[in-house]
Amino acid sequence: MEVRVDDRDSVKIVEVEGEVDLYSSPQLRKILLDLTKKEQKAILVELSKVKYMDSSGIATLVEALQQTSKYSGKLKLANLRDAVRDVFELSRLDKVFDIYPTTEDALKAF
Amino acid sequence: MSEIELRLPSDPKLLKIIRASVSHLCEICGFAEDERNAVTLAVDEAVANIIKHTYNSANNKPIVIFFRVLDDRLQVVLRDFGNKLDLSKIKSRNLDDVRPGGLGVHFIKSAMDEVHYDNTLEVGNQLTLTKYLFPKKEK
Repeated sequence: MEVRVDDRDSVKIVEVEGEVDLYSSPQLRKILLDLTKKEQKAILVELSKVKYMDSSGIATLVEALQQTSKYSGKLKLANLRDAVRDVFELSRLDKVFDIYPTTEDALKAF
Repeated sequence: MSEIELRLPSDPKLLKIIRASVSHLCEICGFAEDERNAVTLAVDEAVANIIKHTYNSANNKPIVIFFRVLDDRLQVVLRDFGNKLDLSKIKSRNLDDVRPGGLGVHFIKSAMDEVHYDNTLEVGNQLTLTKYLFPKKEK
């Protein structure tokens, strides 16, 4: 798994690539929690290149979402592949996260 | 019937190999893509639970996985030699309770037709997961 963080205006775009599982999710967790510790107001997690995510990846995103809500920040998700969206739906977290079909749609929503 | 045995240490790095094996076996069995993904997730979660809970995240403990490919089902038997499971604590969590963690058992039970934990062995535990090619009537 690879994670890249880019700036787009005031939004931090966290682009994840590969498979997010018990082995790789601590790396994503560290990056997201570094951003939430700095109280980054707008975080967009871009998932178009993620072909697999397990419960540890979901837990990482839930934790980051909860951290952002503590300082009234926003965390949004964009570009989920069907296999990843299925995991969100199975856990009913598609109703909890703001999920957008494209990066541009998500950026407009901040 | 075909039987395949996979022996590997409890290293999260190796989950990818297990997922590839499960996905390929599901394809051989004739499962549709969404079922293949769900079964792969279930087995991944089951192994992750062994690593985290029965081996306390040690990465050098043995895990043995038997795959049985039958005419009407795929059976996956996961054997560990770690801490005894407390079966009363293995349950799907309330999904309305949004918090990090605790979804693995929900994913396993959602994907598989039969889930059977056995903690009566002399050492360790055994989990048997079964997925039928065609849903059983009572399901």
